[in-house]
Amino acid sequence: MPHSTVESTPVTAYLDHAATTPMLPAAIEALCEQAAKVGNPSSLHTSGRAARAVVEEARERIAHVLGARPSEVIFTSGGTEADNLAVKGTYAARRAADPRRTRIIASGFEHHAVLDPVEHLVCAEGAEVTWLEPDRDGHVHVDDLARAIEQDQDSVALISVMWANNEVGTVQPVAALAALARSHGIPFHTDAVQALSSLPVDFAASGADLMTVTAHKIGGPIGVGALVARRDATLVPLAHGGGQERQVRSGTLDAPAISAFGVALEHTVEHRDVEAKRVGLLRDRLAEGALAQGHGITVTGSWSPGDNERRLSGNVHLLVPGCDGDSLLYLLDAAGVECSTGSACQAGVPQPSHVLLAMGYPEAQSRGALRLSLGHTSTQDDVDAFLAALPAVVERARRASRSA
Amino acid sequence: MRVVAAMSGGVDSAVAAARMVDAGHEVVGVHLALSRSAATLRESARGCCTVEDAGDARRVADRLGIPFYVWDFAEQFEREVVDDFVAEYASGRTPNPCLRCNERIKFSALLDKAVALGFDALATGHYARVVDVGGGRELHRAVDPAKDQSYVLGVLSADQLERALFPLGDTAKPQVRAEAAERGFSVAAKPDSNDVCFISDGDTRGFLSRRLGERPGEVVDADGSVVGAHAGTYGFTVGQRRGLGLERGALDGTARYVVEVDAAANRVVIGTQDLLGVDEIDGTHVRWCGAAPAGEVSVGAQVRAHGEEVPATAYLVGEDQLRVRLASPVRGVAPGQAVVLYDGTRVLGSATIAATDRVTRGDG
Repeated sequence: MPHSTVESTPVTAYLDHAATTPMLPAAIEALCEQAAKVGNPSSLHTSGRAARAVVEEARERIAHVLGARPSEVIFTSGGTEADNLAVKGTYAARRAADPRRTRIIASGFEHHAVLDPVEHLVCAEGAEVTWLEPDRDGHVHVDDLARAIEQDQDSVALISVMWANNEVGTVQPVAALAALARSHGIPFHTDAVQALSSLPVDFAASGADLMTVTAHKIGGPIGVGALVARRDATLVPLAHGGGQERQVRSGTLDAPAISAFGVALEHTVEHRDVEAKRVGLLRDRLAEGALAQGHGITVTGSWSPGDNERRLSGNVHLLVPGCDGDSLLYLLDAAGVECSTGSACQAGVPQPSHVLLAMGYPEAQSRGALRLSLGHTSTQDDVDAFLAALPAVVERARRASRSA
Repeated sequence: MRVVAAMSGGVDSAVAAARMVDAGHEVVGVHLALSRSAATLRESARGCCTVEDAGDARRVADRLGIPFYVWDFAEQFEREVVDDFVAEYASGRTPNPCLRCNERIKFSALLDKAVALGFDALATGHYARVVDVGGGRELHRAVDPAKDQSYVLGVLSADQLERALFPLGDTAKPQVRAEAAERGFSVAAKPDSNDVCFISDGDTRGFLSRRLGERPGEVVDADGSVVGAHAGTYGFTVGQRRGLGLERGALDGTARYVVEVDAAANRVVIGTQDLLGVDEIDGTHVRWCGAAPAGEVSVGAQVRAHGEEVPATAYLVGEDQLRVRLASPVRGVAPGQAVVLYDGTRVLGSATIAATDRVTRGDG
């Protein structure tokens, strides 16, 4: 039934975990506990030392579960800042060391937090870029990276390929890509923001030099994340100031948020395997249920039931032919199902998805895109609510599209 | 009823949406994204298409506690309104894009989409009144003559009107602003947007020049002698006095006006004010709000937005050809504008001005 502003609103099925996740109770507790205390972690007195201890303890916990050393964890305001620091900071440092290094290799369906810094460097610094185009199933290939490097290996400043795509949930061969980059002595960055909740993300084992993570996609608070950077990774800071975080990221450390980040990440990693299986089953039922309804619906990106390695266990991405994403979104919202048409970052102005375009979908086909992302609070009821609403929603959205 | 409130981010549509909520309707706010170009969205300082405007609309929706969405009509808008605007100017006419947008986008693409999605009606912040009469609805002028916008709604059919709601038609603008302030809307003091919304800097000639390129030609006097040069006839409108780029001033000291834009010959004709009087108009693209009147009807005719209404008679001379005889001559009637016909305050219909007959010197 449609929403109502007066009568009681229906129970909401929250299927937008890729945008942000509900906070875990333990993380809320840690956040509030530290928020009630005074102390700048850089102060030398008792309160400052106590805050510092909270930050460092969180750093150690985070490093431990990520397969990194504590000194490799650089806290940031979130994924976007970490991506910017990785791309711009590495580019500047590498080019300063050797002016021939003006080329960036990145996948064509990176998050905007990587794409836009790259494009900024192209416009403002004269950088060149070689895009690695994903295949129709949403995967980047190691051979393509090899060819891109071999065009002129000395010119490459850095390589950036996401661990898993934020719209279609496809997982990239990060270890193989990183190993290839390493064999050429080129720094490799990966945005692991989406992968963190459901895949065994091990920084050292991945072979990456730089890795982006953020708290709010794993039940932590919005506004804190980290760039995990090998100790030999050189970075020019984006923000200069007090010299916190290895002189790379100045600014007073947000002890409450960092503390909650540590709690959330530890909890997530502890339950990850079990959760991935549970959520993966829901994903498969949702996808199978949607496909079974017909309507010409297809699943975007590689997906086979039970496979949580090539596709995130929490991601379903559908194309509903003959519908506009914004109509689908409105009708589902009115029916109490919250999801998105792609990335939530477009501030409400509909744009064709660069991810689908990069995967080779024509613009017209990418219009009826729907991303349903599940996570730690998702249940069979959420899946059922979506599947129950879908037939009427598609029928209406199709009529609306025809009328336009 | 389930109502879509079109919310531009301005004060009028904000109050219109609020009144719909007060009336007990189930209201959803919709902002129309009419441009896909991020640069335009960010740079535009006025109009209704900036990110800031969408944000203003969203904040009003927040205050009203109603859902809010941005719907993308950029493609249709470009095709139906902007391309048409450029083509009309290229043909020597002076289009009214607001009228076109109401006909093709707001009360067509948007309304159709809303109906398909299960809504009953579309509410906008236009100053006009819809009056229910036995067996149908009529469109009337707003009570505030200074703000009346029935002219730009003159293209609407009875079917379109069936689902249109204009909650501001009975209110004067200052009261709307006061009401917005009372309701605590941040847009209460926001300036009105009077310009063409897709030309952010207000420079229509510059916009057309980028689209159409330079098309140099001659400016001639009424007797055919060349008196100047132009960079494109699209920069001129009948009745225009400024920016004629004349090589020499009028010898007799009187002002010169554009009296004809002849795109086919790439020529702009100028003349004295007495050549501007028009008393007969031929219109195409005839739209009746309700049944077409039989035979000749006495009407009030308005030939441009915010123009005076003059007594006239109108009759069909062909299936889609209307002739309007004005009781007294009107100056500066530009082909491409609409002639909207009134019976008292009621809108009877409209047509696009295709040709005009100038009053002979003796009569004027």
